[in-house]
Amino acid sequence: MDRVPILRLGDCLLVSIQVDMHDQLALTLQDDLTQRIVATRARAVLIDISALEMVDSFMGRMLGNIAAMSRILDAQTVVVGMRPAVAITLVELGLSLPGIRTALNVDAGLELLRPALDRTEPGNGE
Amino acid sequence: MNRLASRLPAIFEQHQKEILAEWLSSQLSGGGTARAGRIQESQLREESQRFLALLTQAIQHGVEFDTRSGQWADIREFLSELSRIRATQGFSPSQVATFVFSLKQPVFQRATDSLQSQSTLLSATLWEATIVLDALGLYTTELYQQARESVIARQQEELIELSTPVVQLWDGILALPLIGTLDSERTQVVMENLLERLVATGSSIAVIDITGVPTVDTLVAQHLLKTVAAAQLMGADCIISGIRPQIAQTIVHLGIDLSTVATKASLSDAFALALKRRGLTVARTNGG
Repeated sequence: MDRVPILRLGDCLLVSIQVDMHDQLALTLQDDLTQRIVATRARAVLIDISALEMVDSFMGRMLGNIAAMSRILDAQTVVVGMRPAVAITLVELGLSLPGIRTALNVDAGLELLRPALDRTEPGNGE
Repeated sequence: MNRLASRLPAIFEQHQKEILAEWLSSQLSGGGTARAGRIQESQLREESQRFLALLTQAIQHGVEFDTRSGQWADIREFLSELSRIRATQGFSPSQVATFVFSLKQPVFQRATDSLQSQSTLLSATLWEATIVLDALGLYTTELYQQARESVIARQQEELIELSTPVVQLWDGILALPLIGTLDSERTQVVMENLLERLVATGSSIAVIDITGVPTVDTLVAQHLLKTVAAAQLMGADCIISGIRPQIAQTIVHLGIDLSTVATKASLSDAFALALKRRGLTVARTNGG
């Protein structure tokens, strides 16, 4: 059974979605991610979807759910790397991904998360 | 396959050499296709020879030209290549069709010579020669037109591409000066161009300048908002600038809601806002 890998980068969790999501995989990812956020006390989640050529309403809802779950666990979520064709399709479908922050690439995404990451420095600093 | 009532295939076979010679000389002297040195005599000779050979072969089975049947496949291919080349060389459609029509005279001449005593057979032969050559001549015109139309379609495409430049104003700031009416097709191209440039340059702010857009109706506004929404999905902000007084009035009267996007009256105001969002300032150097 395949899983989506979750990488830890300081206080940030990096999720790179490379394959088409289906129900079970999405549930597994939500499960894994929430557990990792709690275990690592991560302050930010960065989801990279640059490998996806297709994002449908299911995928959109799943991203929204992940963002909402992370927020409850006090972690900010940014979705990065959406392809132009995907963005156009989503707009044509009338899906605007409410509640999800986006950035062009991983760099810009980390920049956006900087306040959330900085906030934790004093607490975590040893 | 209908059987031929005439002696057309026989005439073509027996007199191929004479017909070719007469045809060539009439083409060269008539000034039609060979005029102004657009085409070499040797090339014309080769083309004529090949066409005559293909035609001789094709009419063995009948003179009813059909754009689909296999009998005429070779000749169709030859004519489409010929029309395409002539169209790009700048020949007029009548000059291209004359290539085929000018074959009539030598063929009629040969038919009259060899069938002098049999008037019924002669008229049947002439009629069938007319049918096949007319059909082929008209076919070249059709092909010529198709070739020209494809050129026009390509130019139209290029025009769309050229009319939507995306320029970089500053590191991380793109501008898209729109000129002309926005229809669905153009919006699609504009949107794709802008989004691709956003990714390529890693820019987080795009200024869409609509100074050159003559009118903004609900459809144009919807297209603009779609572009803005797509850019926002990718993590970039848009600013719409260049809104003229009339257009501001129209937008309000039409009840279009532009509250989701920053709007500025001029490109310079939009640029200033973009700089501010990027945390940049412009300073005047004193003295120097």
